[in-house]
Amino acid sequence: MIAMFFPISGVEINPIYLAVLGFLIGLMGGFFGVGGSFIAGPMLRVLGLPWNFAVGTDLAHIVGTSVVAAKRHRALGNVDLRLGLIMALGTIGGAEIGAQSIQALKRAGNINFVVSVISIAIYSSVAVFMIWESFLTLRAQRKGGRKTKDQKTKSKKSDETAFQHITSKIHRLQLWPMVSLPVSGIKSISLWTILIVSFFGGILSGFLGGGAGYIRMPLMVYVLGVPTHLAVGTDLFEIIISASYGTFSHAIKGNVDILIALVMQTGAAIGAQIGAISTQYFAGPKIRLAFVPLPLIGAAIVLYTLLSGHKA
Amino acid sequence: MKAEARRALRSFAIELLLYGMLIAGYFLLVLHLLGPSLSGIAKNHIRLYALLAVALILGQSIVLEFVTTWILRLLRGRSE
Repeated sequence: MIAMFFPISGVEINPIYLAVLGFLIGLMGGFFGVGGSFIAGPMLRVLGLPWNFAVGTDLAHIVGTSVVAAKRHRALGNVDLRLGLIMALGTIGGAEIGAQSIQALKRAGNINFVVSVISIAIYSSVAVFMIWESFLTLRAQRKGGRKTKDQKTKSKKSDETAFQHITSKIHRLQLWPMVSLPVSGIKSISLWTILIVSFFGGILSGFLGGGAGYIRMPLMVYVLGVPTHLAVGTDLFEIIISASYGTFSHAIKGNVDILIALVMQTGAAIGAQIGAISTQYFAGPKIRLAFVPLPLIGAAIVLYTLLSGHKA
Repeated sequence: MKAEARRALRSFAIELLLYGMLIAGYFLLVLHLLGPSLSGIAKNHIRLYALLAVALILGQSIVLEFVTTWILRLLRGRSE
């Protein structure tokens, strides 16, 4: 099939590439609770979209992927609606600041270089941190002795991390108002902690594109103490709200080619279903360890486009 | 277990084929009918375009979720 012209962004791309890319992103989205922007954004760049269009279009595509994956996770009992709604508020505020920063860089004319360098630094840091933490957790579990089949089944959704002591300290912070999140197993946590975590994720979402699940999902596990399965599902639910707002905001700024997002979403719909169903068969630390190569691949693609000057 | 995996893989392949055919038709519809009109709206009425962008992606994802679930159920029903 030949390349097709997308009049809104003025680029020619083979729609099959877009659907296959969407499928892979959907698969990851359903499994890891991330929008997949660390792969989709750089890949859209490789296919010829300028950064500002890659950021905005990817965000639109993520809305669709998240709807499919979140619906499936909801059926599996992996969504904390209260936490998701609170986080959406913080994310929207942060996303607006991130989107404004993109506009400032667009005006200054050095958007591609700055966004590339920042994305490489963030993706690499997330991957290195998660390798270290998952490795520590799995080692501690091995030292703690082998579990029986029954214990394994019980603990698949209740989670352990190497930062449990830090998470407990964060839960003890008495910064009014305090909220209770029974679905996530959190008795009491400051509303501000949740808002700060989501605000930070929102800034990265608006700046680098996507739902910033690559940073928010780990933060939900390590800082808020949400079990990995619930972090995955809740993150997806939250992304529907925040990414819809982000899409609207970027579209007004002329950064969204919705036709490209619609084509990508055709592949993502089926990938997201398969990914979400697959989470049932893996425990938390293993899901986090499997997540590690993804931001590294994203960083490698951005580095490639930066060094080769590919369609810059 | 092997037979079960083979059955699942076959169902998945049929699903991809069915879905692929639906999507090929949909590509033509979206790209050829929506393309020029959406491009015009994006140039002249950016706020309307932004609203339409969100509505289209939400609408499409709901429809596709329904279609993929329906195909999965259809195939599962046959294999049982």
